Amino acid sequence: MGKTTAEKIFDAHLVNEPFPGTKVLRLDAVLCHEITTPIAIDDLIRRGKDRVFDPTKIKAVIDHVTPSKDTKTATQAKILRDWARRHDIKDFFDIGANGVCHALVPERGFIRPGYTVIMGDSHTCTHGAFGAFAAGIGTTDLEVGILKGVCAFRQPKTIKFNVTGTLPKGVYAKDVILHIIGKIGVNGATDRVMEFHGSTIDNMTMESRMTLCNMAIEAGGTSGICQPDMTTVDYLWPFIQGDFAGKEAALADYSQWRADADAEYDQTIEIDVTVMEPTVTFGYKPDQVKTISEIAGTPLDQIYIGSCTNGRIEDLRIAAQILKGHKLAPNVRGILSPATPKIQQQAMHEGLIDIFMEAGFCVTNPTCGACLGMSNGVLAEGEVCASTTNRNFMGRMGKGGMVHLMSPATAAASAIEGKIADPRKYL
Amino acid sequence: MKTFGGPVLFLDRSDINTDEIIPAKYLTEITKEDLKPYILEDLKLPGFDPNGPKTKNARVIVSRANFGCGSSREHAPWVFEVNGITAVIAESFARIFRQNMFNCGMAAIELPKADLDQIFTHAGHDDAAMSIDIEAGTLTMSGGGKNKTFSFEISPFDKALVLAGGWVDFADQKY
Repeated sequence: MGKTTAEKIFDAHLVNEPFPGTKVLRLDAVLCHEITTPIAIDDLIRRGKDRVFDPTKIKAVIDHVTPSKDTKTATQAKILRDWARRHDIKDFFDIGANGVCHALVPERGFIRPGYTVIMGDSHTCTHGAFGAFAAGIGTTDLEVGILKGVCAFRQPKTIKFNVTGTLPKGVYAKDVILHIIGKIGVNGATDRVMEFHGSTIDNMTMESRMTLCNMAIEAGGTSGICQPDMTTVDYLWPFIQGDFAGKEAALADYSQWRADADAEYDQTIEIDVTVMEPTVTFGYKPDQVKTISEIAGTPLDQIYIGSCTNGRIEDLRIAAQILKGHKLAPNVRGILSPATPKIQQQAMHEGLIDIFMEAGFCVTNPTCGACLGMSNGVLAEGEVCASTTNRNFMGRMGKGGMVHLMSPATAAASAIEGKIADPRKYL
Repeated sequence: MKTFGGPVLFLDRSDINTDEIIPAKYLTEITKEDLKPYILEDLKLPGFDPNGPKTKNARVIVSRANFGCGSSREHAPWVFEVNGITAVIAESFARIFRQNMFNCGMAAIELPKADLDQIFTHAGHDDAAMSIDIEAGTLTMSGGGKNKTFSFEISPFDKALVLAGGWVDFADQKY
């Protein structure tokens, strides 16, 4: 019997099975940010165990509130910064070099096919785009990960999504994942890995695959996983060219992590993208989705483009393409948070920042900020935001605020019209 | 070992998420105790008051499916812990929340919907209370002059974590 990608990764990283059904895995990457890590650091100090298992496998970034907005957030940043220095964690990203973790970490080439990755952040599933097993965990699991380089998991079952067809105009990875979440529900993949296959995924860029895997958690999924292929190798090539004779050799090596043809799945779900429309959430749960035709016209107060879901260069390019020559409607304000400094610089070089600013957008530094209502774009009571982020929970972007999740294209069209709008007429 | 039980807070809705349990703006607190006033602050349910006596007195929460979905924040179990709530009973849990509960030595117990429906019949009783025996795998719901015992299963690993008082010491000894 063949294996799924997650099964292969579990087998290759198994330390032991302390109890039936629980597998302790060796970790290849432990990612840390300033919101969930400081309490783990404090606890390790309190226990007299202020150690790290391997400083080269720990990557740390200040990203949720940066630059710090008050004494408390400055203290969180300081605890992480001091800890990274104390333990000689070289891959630590502070102000000037920092960005949204799930965009920054892949951009630096830290994630490879077959890796096990944890972070005290639910959107860690993003990194499965590289053919890795990447799972969000809490602070206690993070603490053990930092100390011992291991994490315990139940062996997850895998749902195979066979996604086929050419994406219609105005439909992107964000629309595909919103559609999938709408179909299976917010707990449709709990304790499951969501393994993405099919011609649509094969033709997606790494950025789009990250958008797709990023929202696996919104269906309860442990990790999203895409199959490593030449697109993966091309993306990683600047970081791995010293390790392989050529790209074909890298592909041959990484292909060991592809699921076997006879792997056994909990469920296989066929997704035909050719019938999809731009998709938008309407309620307070990510599975409450409507097509653009059903929801266009909904009034808005704010447009937010950014986050680990859709703050990458391809997202900015799509939004700028639509915004070019247009202004924000007078009833809305627009905020752009490029996800990393590299993306921000690239967007400047390509003239995208000019397009956003000429449209009337405020361009912030890279940070998670507004996505979770912490800084840089919090909503007031009763306000409505068109957002390229990942969560529309009640109050998520500010107490009493409402969030409609959508693609950067739909957000850009909505910025022009001041209400939820169909991007296809601008493409 | 830690004992579980006491007055019950009923939250009759599925998909109660971590942002409702503890909004992100409070994630800048450095100690668990500082989270205490903000328990369930953004949860809107008919008849539910996050500052009311039922919330203050609760030792157990009973809810529906997919409890604790959303963020990985362990602040969600912590805000329960510092308010004296050390067990949540639900039809199902989001993976990260469930593991965070056990990792902290607390209990996240799944029961079938039919059992929960019976337990929810006590929601109107002022004396609704539950006692939970982790080792025996049973819990007893009482209130309004009636009581009934239900069986549950938790994984051997999760049981060991509850008995050990959490994952850090357990892991440090073994790995």
